[in-house]
Amino acid sequence: MAQNTKLTDSNHCQLSIVNCQLRAPIIEVKNLVKKFGRFVADDHLTFDVYPGEIFGFLGANGAGKTTAIRMICGLLEPTSGELKVAGFDGYHEREKIKRNIGYMSQKFSLYEDLTVYENIRLYAGIYGISRKVRLEKTDELLKKLNLEDSRDKLVGGLPLGWKQKLAFSLAVFHSPKVVFLDEPSGGVDPLTRRTFWDLIYEVAHQGITIFVTTHYMDEAEYCDRVAIMSEGKIVALDTPAALKSEFQADSMDGVFLKIARNKE
Amino acid sequence: MNQLFGFVKKEFTHIFRDPRTMVILFGIPIIQLMLFGYVITTEIKDARIAFLDHSNDNVTREIKNKLLSSGYFRLDANLIQESEIDPIFKKGDVKQVVVFERNFAQKLEREGKADIQVIADASDPNTAQMLYNYTNAIVQDYTKKKYAGFTIPVQIKSEVRMLYNENMVGAFMYVPGTMALILMLISAMMTSITIAREKEMGTMEILLVSPLKAYQIVLGKVAPYLILSIIDACIVVFLGNTVFGVPIRGSLFVLAFLVILYITMALSLGILISAVANSQQVAMFISGFALMLPTMLLSGFIFPIKNMPEVLQILSNFMPPRWFIDAIKQVMLKGNGLEYIWPNVLILSAMTTLFLVLSIRKFKLRLE
Repeated sequence: MAQNTKLTDSNHCQLSIVNCQLRAPIIEVKNLVKKFGRFVADDHLTFDVYPGEIFGFLGANGAGKTTAIRMICGLLEPTSGELKVAGFDGYHEREKIKRNIGYMSQKFSLYEDLTVYENIRLYAGIYGISRKVRLEKTDELLKKLNLEDSRDKLVGGLPLGWKQKLAFSLAVFHSPKVVFLDEPSGGVDPLTRRTFWDLIYEVAHQGITIFVTTHYMDEAEYCDRVAIMSEGKIVALDTPAALKSEFQADSMDGVFLKIARNKE
Repeated sequence: MNQLFGFVKKEFTHIFRDPRTMVILFGIPIIQLMLFGYVITTEIKDARIAFLDHSNDNVTREIKNKLLSSGYFRLDANLIQESEIDPIFKKGDVKQVVVFERNFAQKLEREGKADIQVIADASDPNTAQMLYNYTNAIVQDYTKKKYAGFTIPVQIKSEVRMLYNENMVGAFMYVPGTMALILMLISAMMTSITIAREKEMGTMEILLVSPLKAYQIVLGKVAPYLILSIIDACIVVFLGNTVFGVPIRGSLFVLAFLVILYITMALSLGILISAVANSQQVAMFISGFALMLPTMLLSGFIFPIKNMPEVLQILSNFMPPRWFIDAIKQVMLKGNGLEYIWPNVLILSAMTTLFLVLSIRKFKLRLE
């Protein structure tokens, strides 16, 4: 099983990179800066993310990941630099950006006192999905997640792993072009994390770009490309395989440690 | 529009599914009204008083009779000398001693003024104040009738409030106050808590990333509480009217207008608080201390503004409930219309606008 998944991972990597780089980037970031007063949270970030790619954003807490993701989502206005998401400008077209993205936060962010179905209905409503489409997709979703029996149960009573999958499924319910996952696996055990990533791959294969921040190194291995942030700057950006050979490490953990040591 | 509808619906589901919220929304208003109406009654009947009459002439006898026949007082003792006053208070039954000076009637006729000393047991200050007011009113009434045309000889201040609440029915004062308190509780406290909860649970981020506009989020959170607050206001007015007989002499339309204006003010305060508070506890703490206490203490709800130290009197001008309570008292008890309460309406509108602008700006800032 473990070997199997490993294989699919690398296959997926190569495939998507070949596919991706032929197309125009879905996220374009050039010299992006965000300052809070005199504190520079993000210092001249530059990178592109291509359609269908799983793009990992790594870094210790406080490295500037969350600020970056908030800017790209249209929650924060950048201080300077260029930012385009799904072809829309990060300064003036933030409302249009919001229509084209999905977002899942670290806390899974479901309404615990609403039932599974009520949560789905609410999200569908917010994104203006028609009743007919909603009902179709709801059945499909519940079936896929094996949540058919829990349709009318309160979300608060579900196991953490189920909440995680439901939150992710809701983030992509309106078929966004990009979905942002901000540390989506907090507090979830490695096995659940693995099955969660199966779900992510499935969505990526449908052509939805995945932008994920994490500090779990096993999750970093699952990404097509990884950007590593430290103190507001991107210090490395490549496929996990290329990074491992560059830093002569046999895991992303090793890469990360070596980068941290170089800093010192 | 559809987006907003689904959002409001969800907010109602939150409310109806949480027993605690339901109790706060519908239990507390009724309990509070009953409490203030029945238990914390300030009506006085048969309070025991004593007289120390150094004069014992026909005028003092008439005043004493007036006091005793009012129904508020019952004679406990006729004292003979000052030294008896202290012990009689210490025994605790007597709430007030009325002392007439020597040659009362003579002085009154010759100098046009005579002194009555009222000594009250202020260990219960509210009752003492109340007894003093009754005594005042009765003495003044007597002198006015007897010496019509004279300058009023007995120099005691009078309380205007009694004019419209002749029997000093407590509920008349407490129903408008309770309404101010309850609407503040529900509108400001509940909205600030519910918005803070979204932040705490992380769902606010989801809403902010969604195509919903900031005003839609705020409106969606606030609309259910606007509706529920209006229902609560109806309950308070209805119970006040049927159970306690508080009249609604003015126009219902004006009353409704005042209530909605006040609710809007409270809701925007709630949004303002939630923009500052990141957790439900902080929201509850701020609305509890910054809103509920001043509403109770500085608005004239429980303690008359006139009796406050000057600093607090000035401070009470900045309390929106003060203007609201005053206005609905005028509408309900006096039957006054907009031509009388327009200054209150103006002040409340100005406050509402200020809070609304501040809260929207603060809320938008928080998006950043």
